Amino acid sequence: MSRWAERGAATVAITLCLTGAIVEAGNPFAGKHGELGRAATANEIAAWDIDVRPDFAGLPPGSGTALEGEDIWLEQCASCHGDFGDANNFFSPLVLGNVTDEDIASGHVASLQDPTRVRTTVMKVSTVSTLWDYIHRAMPWNNPKSLSDDEVYAVLAYLLSLAYIVDEDFVLDQDSIAQVQARMPNRNGMTSEHGMWKVNGKPDTDNIRCMSDCADTPAISSFIPDFAANAHGNLAQQNRAFGPFPGIHTAGDEAPAVETPVESGPGESLAADRGCLACHRLDQKLIGPGFVEVATRYQARADAAAYLAGKIQHGGSGVWGGAMPPQAQVSQSEAEAIATWLLSLPQSKKTE
Amino acid sequence: MSKKGSDAPGILRPAPEGFLDEGTIGEISGQGIDARRRTLLKSSFLGALATTLAPSVLADGDPDILELPPWSKQLGNAVAHEPYGLPSSYEKNIIRRQSPGLTQTPQSSVSFSPLQGMFGIITASGLHFERHHQGWVDIDPARHRLMINGLVSSPKIYTLSDLMRMPPVSRIHFIECGANTGMEWGNSAVPTVQYTHGMLSCSEFTGVPLSALLADAGIDEKNARYVLAEGADGSSMTRTIDIERALDDVIVAYGMNGEMLRPENGYPLRLLVPGVQGVSSVKWLRRIEVGDQPWNTKDESVHYVDMMPDGQHRQFTSIQEVKSVITTPSGGQQLLKHGYYNISGLAWSGRGKIEGVDVSYDGGVNWYPARLETPVLSKALTRFNIPWVWSGSETLLQSRAVDSSGHVQPLLRQLRDVRGSRSVYHNNAVQTWQVRDNGEVANVQVG
Repeated sequence: MSRWAERGAATVAITLCLTGAIVEAGNPFAGKHGELGRAATANEIAAWDIDVRPDFAGLPPGSGTALEGEDIWLEQCASCHGDFGDANNFFSPLVLGNVTDEDIASGHVASLQDPTRVRTTVMKVSTVSTLWDYIHRAMPWNNPKSLSDDEVYAVLAYLLSLAYIVDEDFVLDQDSIAQVQARMPNRNGMTSEHGMWKVNGKPDTDNIRCMSDCADTPAISSFIPDFAANAHGNLAQQNRAFGPFPGIHTAGDEAPAVETPVESGPGESLAADRGCLACHRLDQKLIGPGFVEVATRYQARADAAAYLAGKIQHGGSGVWGGAMPPQAQVSQSEAEAIATWLLSLPQSKKTE
Repeated sequence: MSKKGSDAPGILRPAPEGFLDEGTIGEISGQGIDARRRTLLKSSFLGALATTLAPSVLADGDPDILELPPWSKQLGNAVAHEPYGLPSSYEKNIIRRQSPGLTQTPQSSVSFSPLQGMFGIITASGLHFERHHQGWVDIDPARHRLMINGLVSSPKIYTLSDLMRMPPVSRIHFIECGANTGMEWGNSAVPTVQYTHGMLSCSEFTGVPLSALLADAGIDEKNARYVLAEGADGSSMTRTIDIERALDDVIVAYGMNGEMLRPENGYPLRLLVPGVQGVSSVKWLRRIEVGDQPWNTKDESVHYVDMMPDGQHRQFTSIQEVKSVITTPSGGQQLLKHGYYNISGLAWSGRGKIEGVDVSYDGGVNWYPARLETPVLSKALTRFNIPWVWSGSETLLQSRAVDSSGHVQPLLRQLRDVRGSRSVYHNNAVQTWQVRDNGEVANVQVG
């Protein structure tokens, strides 16, 4: 068939098809949107359907031990969570030794009732599937979804060993994870018996719409003390200066009434946006060295900006006594911008 | 004239006759305000009234009237000077803010909406509160997909173009974080309504009903009990939603207040689960899975669980129950005069509409019905107003809402009787603002 004939035939087919659709529906405004979108392929579903349920549906094969997990932990997890999962610099501790053998036997963590104890992840979580799923989907913090399935098993085994739920040589895999569930310290600590799930559920309280003489003259039971008046900054700058309700001037006389944002270069905002501040502060050591300290050490070096940009992107160890993981989320140009800003710091401090 | 001109130090620019640039005007009014505040703090309150509240009105009239201001005698800016419009340069105080010390990383953190400076029921999109668990991302909409899978006969993939071809709905709903007012369970902790109640916003959302997508995918009605919503960001936030709700009023939204969602609020696609704590309205939505069991995800079994006095945690506490707060006057504000004011506030309920709001000036002894402003919508913020004459004596202002289910907003004492004080979530107690005799308004709790 010639090209013209082909095209002609196609046109006829389209016309017939369109006419047919219109005649069938009888009304061009009565279509169904079910045709929109397309079928998902099995590969696509496998790529995204990563959730793991409490009954372990969705848990992929693989295995790991605490001993294997320890190395991954120290390299990729410890900078935020501490070597033993007990750090509280950035996130609530994962493990603090508040779980006892009795808890593991009963499935209720007794120390949850003690208001002086910090509530850790291991004290609260009821299902081990939750931990596997979350580590797999969202960790490490600055490089999520980068762990292999075996690495997730190993890291989880290490975390569980820190809480004495498994031994360090326990092989965590698709089958043995059920044994772990049977030892989860707070596995019986959750309830869904409340009225806040269904829209017609029963509320906890039964206040009434009393309009007069509803209570004795009230006494103030709690207030913010004067010394904390400025804890959230100068409230005069958090309200309009005009209108009936200006803010209370809670700062010293020197503070300007209108806040002027500090000029920040792209490097500074990138440092915040790309997660550098999770481990570094400007002028003090946190997990990593302070930025000013880094700048002071390298400022004289001719290739300082390129050197630091490389360290930012690819990580390093041994210089400051710890290891910095690679920062895959930072592009080359961003790393250079951060390095340039960082190197400008001591100078800018002096001129302040 | 461009604002940039005033930012360059040391450059003298010839100004047109009678012209002051915005920076100079800002400086002048800024310093004037500062001096006024200082005087106020150093003087007695009534003395301050005399010296600062009637500024420089001369015998023959107000100089702001008698001497024409520069903006009355100049050519204004061109159209599209700001292609995307910005608030006035005088509105820099009304911004989202973090609560110092609340979180230790800025990516897993909260910025609070400035309720003390807002009007009506719609939150300006740039002031919508933020709660991210692993930072926010700006997704390329052309590369974004929504997958529907699980207990459906035809698992599907949608592009934004597909979704935007479907018939949309536009609905006004609030989003409140389950942890809103969470810092106040034990004691008065933060000074202003921005920090006590500012994890709260209300917008018009446009999108496709989730029920339509589930129907098109052929949901297994016999076995479907729950859906899982999952985000496309690094955290891939996941939450379980029960099937009745998923088939009711849940929206897969792309529009917010007439434009696309802001990236901080889930651009280009988010779930909107009306009346339910914000974490369920998963941002950057990439997938809906239909299932027959809950998933127990991290944010429904480590966080967003409510600690009860017996050590048990309540799981899947979803509904944001009836709540209200007076937004002006509110904590951290300063009354400068005795006499007539308008008290204004917000009320909302995850169970339906607001039926009424009552206001007390004596800490809950006597109550007076406030006026509800229209529109009064289900699972949306409702604005209330009531006039008030301040005599100058100490006053304890409270508001108390009742919703269409008949539930009356509880007192903090009533909540603590059931839930203790160690929960973080779902504090919907009546808020008390103390107006002191010097005009300062403070966050307090009453016994």
